[in-house]
Amino acid sequence: MHAVKQTMILGVTAVLMMLAASLCFGAGIPDKVSIGDIQKYYAPVDFNHAAHINSLKDCGLCHHHTTGAQVADPNCARCHKNSGAQPVVSCKGCHVAEPFTPEALKQQRDQHPPIYHRDKPGLKAAYHVSCLGCHQKMGGPTGCQDCHTRNDSGDALFKSGKYAPKAPAKPQAAHH
Amino acid sequence: MIERRDFLKGCLACGVTAATVSVAGGKAMAAGSFEGYPDAMGVLVDLTRCVGCRSCEAACNAEQKLPEPDLPFDDTSVFKDKRRTTEKAYTVVNEYKVADKETLYRKMQCNHCTEPACLSSCFVNAYTKTKEGAVIYNAKVCVGCRNCMIACPFNIPAYSYSSPLNPLVQKCIFCYDTRLKDGKPPACVDICPQQVMTFGRRADLIKLGHDRIQANPGKYVDKLYGEKAVGGTSWMYLSSVDFDKVGFDGHIQNEPIISNVKDFLGFVPMVLSIWPALFTGVHLLATKNKDGHHDHEEGDHQ
Repeated sequence: MHAVKQTMILGVTAVLMMLAASLCFGAGIPDKVSIGDIQKYYAPVDFNHAAHINSLKDCGLCHHHTTGAQVADPNCARCHKNSGAQPVVSCKGCHVAEPFTPEALKQQRDQHPPIYHRDKPGLKAAYHVSCLGCHQKMGGPTGCQDCHTRNDSGDALFKSGKYAPKAPAKPQAAHH
Repeated sequence: MIERRDFLKGCLACGVTAATVSVAGGKAMAAGSFEGYPDAMGVLVDLTRCVGCRSCEAACNAEQKLPEPDLPFDDTSVFKDKRRTTEKAYTVVNEYKVADKETLYRKMQCNHCTEPACLSSCFVNAYTKTKEGAVIYNAKVCVGCRNCMIACPFNIPAYSYSSPLNPLVQKCIFCYDTRLKDGKPPACVDICPQQVMTFGRRADLIKLGHDRIQANPGKYVDKLYGEKAVGGTSWMYLSSVDFDKVGFDGHIQNEPIISNVKDFLGFVPMVLSIWPALFTGVHLLATKNKDGHHDHEEGDHQ
C-alpha cells in the first residue's frame, strides 16, 4: 500500500514537472522575432520563428547545444553532447555585435581552453552565415532584400535608388 | 713587359678586394630583413564565406570619400569583367566560376606587405609601414614616378590619370587615418554581413587560419595565402580551391620583393668607392712612361 502511494506521488510529481517544463519551454519560445538590434542600412527582419521550427524541427541546427538538443557540429559534440539546456539561447546572448574591438579581441585570445569558442563570429555574421548558409542549401530566399528591405541610409551607401549615379554624366555606364 | 705584368697584378688585387667587400656587404644586407611589427594587425579573408554583395565596396567608397561609382554598388553586372583597383575604388570584388555550380568571390585591395615593394621602390619615401600594419602613402612628397605601381606584386596602386595637374597614386590604406590607428577594423571588415574578413593581430590570425583549416577537413586548401608570400602580408586568405583559380598568383615568391635587388644594390656603394680608385690606377699604369718613352709604345705595336 505504502509502495503504491509512493509510486503515485512520484508519478504525479513527474507529470507536474513535465507539465511545468513544457509550459516554461513553450512560453519561452517566441513565434516571431524582430531582429533589428544591429540594423543600420536595412529595416528589421521579421523572423518567423514558428515557421522555421515547423520546417526544421531541430533546434540544434541554429542554436548549437544551447537548447539541449543534439548539437549538429561533431566538433561541438565532443564537449557538449550532454551539456543540456543553457540559460542563454538567443543569438545575441553569445555573439557580440562588435567582435573586433580591442576588448573583444583580447577576450577571444584569452579563451580557455584555448581551442574552441575562439573563432566565434560576431552577431551579424552569426545571423548571416547561419541563415544564408541554410537558405542556400535548402532553396530559401538568398537576396539581401528578400529578408530585409534597405532603408534610405542604405540606398545612400549603395548609391542606389534615388542616389543612383546620374546616367547622362557617365555615358559609358548607361550601356552596361 | 714589366709594366704589363704590374698592370695585371694591380687588376687582380683590386678584383680580390672588390669580391671580398661584396661578399661581406651581401651578408650584412641579408641580415637586415624585417620580420614585421609584433602587434601589427591584419585581416584573414575566408573566400568560402563571400556572397558577392559588394557591401565592402560601398563602405570603402563612403569611408574614403571616393568619387561616385559608374554603377550602383548593388549592381551585379560588374561581375562580367575582372576588375582591378582604381583611383575611384580601393577595393573591388571579382567573381570566379570555379566549378559547375560553385562560384567564389574574391575581394582585392592592398595586402599591406610586411616588406612592401612599393615602399622599397619609392625614392622619396612616400610610403610608410606603420606599427599597426598599414602601408600608408604621403601624397605631399610623391613625385608621380609610378615606380610603386610597377613594383607591387599584386598590381594594387592606381594612378589618378583623370587629374593631370595633381595626379596621385591611390590605394587602400587600411582605413589608417579614420579607424586603424584607433584600434578599429577597416570599414569593409565592419560592414561585411558574412564576416568574410576577420580582423585581429596578424600573429593570432595565422594561428586562427590554420586552426580553421584543421577544424574543417576537406573544406580548404592547406595554405594560408599571405602568410609567407613576398615576405608576408597583413591581409591573408583562405580558399576552397587553388589560389590560381581565384585570381591570385599561386606561384608568387616567398622572399620579399626587395630581396630580388638587395644583393645588386649592395654593390652600388662598392662601385662608387672602389671603381674611381681602381680605374684611376688602371689609367696611371696604362699611361706610365707614356710621355718620356715613346719607343715602348712603338715596341708594343710591332
